[in-house]
Amino acid sequence: MQPPASPPAEAHIVVRDLTMAFGDFVLMRDLDFTVRRGSVFVIMGGSGCGKSVLLRHMLGLLEPARGEVLYNGRSFTRAGPAERDAMLRGIGILYQHNALWSSMTLAENVALPLQEYTKLSPAEIREVAALKLALVGLRGFEDFTPSQISGGMQKRAALARAMALDPEVLFFDEPSSGLDPVTARRLDDLMLEVRADLGTTLVVVSHDLASILAIADDSILLDIEAHAAIASGSPRDLLAHCEDPRVRLFLTRGAEGRPQGGARPGGSA
Amino acid sequence: MSSAQLTVARGADGGVVVRLAGPWLLRAARPRPEELEAQLEGPRVPRLSFDTAALAGWDSALVAFLARVLRTCEERGIAAERGGLPEGVRRLLALAEAVPERAGARAEAPAPPWLARIGLAASGFGGALAAPLAFLGETTLAFGRLAALRARFPLRDFLLYVQQCSAQALPIVTLIGFLIGLILAFMGAVQLLRFGATIYVADLVTLAMVREMGAVMTAVVMAGRTGAAFAAQLGTMKVTEEIDALRTLGIPPIEFLVLPRVLALVLMMPLLCLYADFWGIVGGVVVAAGMLDLTMTQYLNETFAAATLTDLSLGVGKSVVFGALVGVAACYQGMRTGASASAVGDSATAAVVNGIVLIIVMDGIFAVLSHVLGI
Repeated sequence: MQPPASPPAEAHIVVRDLTMAFGDFVLMRDLDFTVRRGSVFVIMGGSGCGKSVLLRHMLGLLEPARGEVLYNGRSFTRAGPAERDAMLRGIGILYQHNALWSSMTLAENVALPLQEYTKLSPAEIREVAALKLALVGLRGFEDFTPSQISGGMQKRAALARAMALDPEVLFFDEPSSGLDPVTARRLDDLMLEVRADLGTTLVVVSHDLASILAIADDSILLDIEAHAAIASGSPRDLLAHCEDPRVRLFLTRGAEGRPQGGARPGGSA
Repeated sequence: MSSAQLTVARGADGGVVVRLAGPWLLRAARPRPEELEAQLEGPRVPRLSFDTAALAGWDSALVAFLARVLRTCEERGIAAERGGLPEGVRRLLALAEAVPERAGARAEAPAPPWLARIGLAASGFGGALAAPLAFLGETTLAFGRLAALRARFPLRDFLLYVQQCSAQALPIVTLIGFLIGLILAFMGAVQLLRFGATIYVADLVTLAMVREMGAVMTAVVMAGRTGAAFAAQLGTMKVTEEIDALRTLGIPPIEFLVLPRVLALVLMMPLLCLYADFWGIVGGVVVAAGMLDLTMTQYLNETFAAATLTDLSLGVGKSVVFGALVGVAACYQGMRTGASASAVGDSATAAVVNGIVLIIVMDGIFAVLSHVLGI
């Protein structure tokens, strides 16, 4: 992998007029955003507003009602199954529940993508898998099964698997969910390190404000009541300059943005 | 300790003072809001106030009571003064009323008229049939790719499933096979004894086991044992996104997860069926030796004369089909599991029920076919 291009301005992922719907129910309308190569892009929003659903649309696990997703200028939505598979090779995913295959050891989890898509010998695969696990701080845990290690370690093992094929893009679905603040912080650092070392584009679904402000270069904020993205840009800039009360409400954990007076913020479940 | 009390006094202007006394606690008996509401009937009440001087303690019981009363007051246009309530109660009531009820949050979808329901059920039937058929089609295609050696096949997992569907199932299949043979022989012996035709117990047990019971009972046992396990395994993988992880890696879950499970059942079921047949015949021998004046040699000679290779093949052939049905039903239910722990339980249940229903229906079809074909 080449180091990040000096001004990382090239569009890597483009989401164009994406409308997500379940039957007649429209969840989000006309989402339009661009993820630059080598940037950390965060999809923000309250619980249940469709962040993970957007992620599943970007990965082809759900089909959009309208609009399309492009990787490197090629439409993923309109691609045939074989072409999609090829495009997915360049994508690694860290699922919310880790999704490590529970019947396999950590090394086998990391090795499966390598077995499928490389011509390495079993010994080489074993070495690469051990290396990937060492990169996330799990040296020596190759032969453990996912149920034998802690939640934070599972998260890191899942990251090792997501990075197995040296993907150009890494998707993270709520990476800090279920982690204590310190472990979550370490995962943030690990993510930034991966980006710095490999030039990987990171797309992160999150509602963890501390993490968002620490890692994000760019973001969109989804709002369940507007059924649309209500803000986009760097979260730090949004926090400093955006006047929209809904945006302030989210970025200040409800301290600002709604008329005070006993009313509790939120209400979207 | 005195109990919670409610007294209602009417002032000169028609205003009502509600006196609450004693402990208003969830664990003690309390007056119901209906009692107060009944007293508010009749002439219009302009105002309602509370007197809680004698209140000896309160918890959510009082707050729930008051919330209901205040709602009633609002509906009937009665001005309720909250000044007499304890400070904490007033704050909790304000908190409960702070966020208005979200429209449509309550489940109150009106049931469509019965004619519409019939129509909806009928049009839904086609859709309900399409999903399992599509799954069956995908599985068949995956078998085709496996035959052409182009499928991704996890050999080690497959051997594990083979072990689960064979060696680990032997104890229960032994027990069931033996008992079924025993029961058949016993039922037959009681009837045949009257005609002095006890030797035909051997024919009865052998034919019933080999043609029918061996295959059916093994399949039912495997539906309950392995079918439920497969559905729960796949359902859990669905819930924890493991199946999504395979799919985004470009590995078809049908090939990687369904194929080895179904194949293990299809290959092992005939062996289990033969094994059950054997134990059924042993059960018959036990009854013959214990209840009837038959020697082992007589019984076994009659057994081998009764069943032909055709009978045996029919039973074994059926068990192959049953194995496929149990496996496909279980994997289908597992793969369509919803996104919660209870959904996994539902899938396991549905897998067993569907599996057994399919076995019985298919056995009926086999019965008609073998009759028509003269087998």
